[in-house]
Amino acid sequence: MFSFIIKGIFRDRHRWLFPLSVIIVSVAILVFAFSFMDGFMMSFVRQTARFDTGHVKVVSRAYSEMLNQKPHDLALLDIKDLLEDWRAEYPQVTFVERINFGALIDVPDDEGKTLMQADAIVFAIDLDPAGDDYHRMQIDRALAQGRAPRHSEEILISDIAFENLNLKLDDEITLLSSTVFGSMTMQNFRISGVVKFGIQTLDKGALIMDLDAARPMLDMAGGAGEILGFFTDNRFDTTRATSLARNFNQRYTDVDDEFSPVMLSMAKQGNTGYMLQVMDYGTLWMSMSFVIILGIVLWNSGLMNGIRRYGEFGLRLAIGESKRQVYFRLLSEALIIGFIGSLIGVSIGALISKNFVMDMSVYQKSSSILTENLLSTTMSMKVVWVGFFTGLLSSVLGASLAGIAVFNRQTSQLFKELET
Amino acid sequence: MKESIVKIRNMGKAFPTGEGDFWALQNINLDFERGEFSGIVGPSGSGKTTLLNIIGSLDKPSLGDVEVLGQKIQTLNQKKSSILRAKHIGFIFQTYNLLPVYNVYENVEFPLLLLKMDAAKRERMVKDAIEWVGLTDKIKSRPNQLSGGQCQRVAIARAMVKKPDLVLADEPTANLDSENSYKILDTMLKLSEDLGTTFIFSTHDQKVISYLKRIIKLTDGEVSSDDTQTGV
Ligand SMILES: Nc1ncnc2c1ncn2[C@@H]1O[C@H](COP(=O)(O)OP(=O)(O)O)[C@@H](O)[C@H]1O
Ligand SMILES: [Mg+2]
Repeated sequence: MFSFIIKGIFRDRHRWLFPLSVIIVSVAILVFAFSFMDGFMMSFVRQTARFDTGHVKVVSRAYSEMLNQKPHDLALLDIKDLLEDWRAEYPQVTFVERINFGALIDVPDDEGKTLMQADAIVFAIDLDPAGDDYHRMQIDRALAQGRAPRHSEEILISDIAFENLNLKLDDEITLLSSTVFGSMTMQNFRISGVVKFGIQTLDKGALIMDLDAARPMLDMAGGAGEILGFFTDNRFDTTRATSLARNFNQRYTDVDDEFSPVMLSMAKQGNTGYMLQVMDYGTLWMSMSFVIILGIVLWNSGLMNGIRRYGEFGLRLAIGESKRQVYFRLLSEALIIGFIGSLIGVSIGALISKNFVMDMSVYQKSSSILTENLLSTTMSMKVVWVGFFTGLLSSVLGASLAGIAVFNRQTSQLFKELET
Repeated sequence: MKESIVKIRNMGKAFPTGEGDFWALQNINLDFERGEFSGIVGPSGSGKTTLLNIIGSLDKPSLGDVEVLGQKIQTLNQKKSSILRAKHIGFIFQTYNLLPVYNVYENVEFPLLLLKMDAAKRERMVKDAIEWVGLTDKIKSRPNQLSGGQCQRVAIARAMVKKPDLVLADEPTANLDSENSYKILDTMLKLSEDLGTTFIFSTHDQKVISYLKRIIKLTDGEVSSDDTQTGV
């Protein structure tokens, strides 16, 4: 009977051509759109994690309340032992220390007087080329001129700040900021290299120095503003990060001590969680809308086709099929068409996605969203299944609605079609 | 005493219309015996198709009893009536007899697929049925490659392939020329005699009437005469 149904579909162009094309095109579009959205999101997540949030982040409770202001005066101090405990306890996470602080760049003229000043955000990281944060921050890739700092008097500067301040390599600049204890601090640095991350927020006015340079300057021996945690498999997953943070906070957070550590999942920092959620809902709603819209389109084409086939249905009832069987075979046809269409649609969508790369730098000029310059799509099993089932469901939905019209018709009415 | 396979008692059929019910059939009392070659004869609109559809359980009577092969048509549910048709009743219509996307073989095979018969047995029965109607050389042809007469012969093969108890033929010759009409009538008569199948025709075609062993005249939905011919 199955091959009988298959033959029936594919020998009758009216039965397959329109629904199949509609399903293929829609599923391909959907798969591409989802993989693009996911690609965008994954890029955002990767970059945000890498440069700012980690998959999780440990800060002091006080710091966590002003997270966006990077209040380095609320840093965690003397964390060496704690860090060792955490590393032992959570081997699935790599912990790295970072200090972010705001500073004023002062460029002196030949006589040592202020020539120009600019605000900057300083990222103090472990700049040891053998360490993993060096690679995580993609220093080598980002270096546009010069080289990475070799000792604590050297610093990296973003290309935009570099140009705006008319600097040259090896120029000396002064950084002004405040220590953890609130007193003013200043220190001279030599520019060893210029970096361009392709990320607007970093390229506008950032400096990168080694932790060992920042700590004495900020009076923060053994401390860190933020400790970022990265899952060793490098994949962010909201549920996993959330449960890790819950576990951590039960052990280490003391509600009465505002300098006790607290772990925040990436999703709990800034807009990331919101964006991830919007993305998930977006996918769900988009696929549901597609099911409904496609379903309506296929319902209508199914109705037209059904009217054309009343004679056939009547004849089949006479030969001994029940209405239920006629109905279910109509659904089987839709299932087969939906299956084939979705399969082809997913493949085409995946193929387009695979070869798609978009240069986002044009759009990033006015945006502070942390995505990479070249955006590629992310094909996941989720996208494949969502695309596939959207096609399949809409086909079956359309046919089941169209089929009701046939089902509800009086048997003898179907026969009227035979007589004319 | 012959076995009566269709019993109709005080049957009436009304269709709802704009101005109340329209009685297409009234006071029908008929019996059909196994092996009969009979026909319902009357002008267009006299109720022939309605009567055949009720006997074939494609429609239900509004009044009275109709019993076909021991089953009460008026109380059969969808499923049971489809099983009755699938197993015991063959239909031949005036037009649209064949599924256009399937070839001769597949059209004839379809009723057996519904009966879930195994492949080897099915193939033998399909080939036999196609041979009965003399279309073995057209086995792979699609309906649109066949003449009207050939299509009707395929329809006969399809109705007969499962060796049903009862064949209902609704004006089967209406679209055929005389030569083809006689051909298919000969075929049906022979099959009826060989297999003992009961045939009930609906017709107003003299050629068909000349073959019938029993002629039931229908006038405005009522039986006006019921004659058994002798010596045909
Ligand atoms: N479904 C229906 N609804 C309303 N009237 C019908 C319906 N089917 C048949 N009729 C009417 O019943 C009468 C008998 O029809 P039918 O059995 O088709 O006659 P015949 O087959 O003898 O030409 C006709 O007047 C026809 O208009
Ligand atoms: Mg009729």
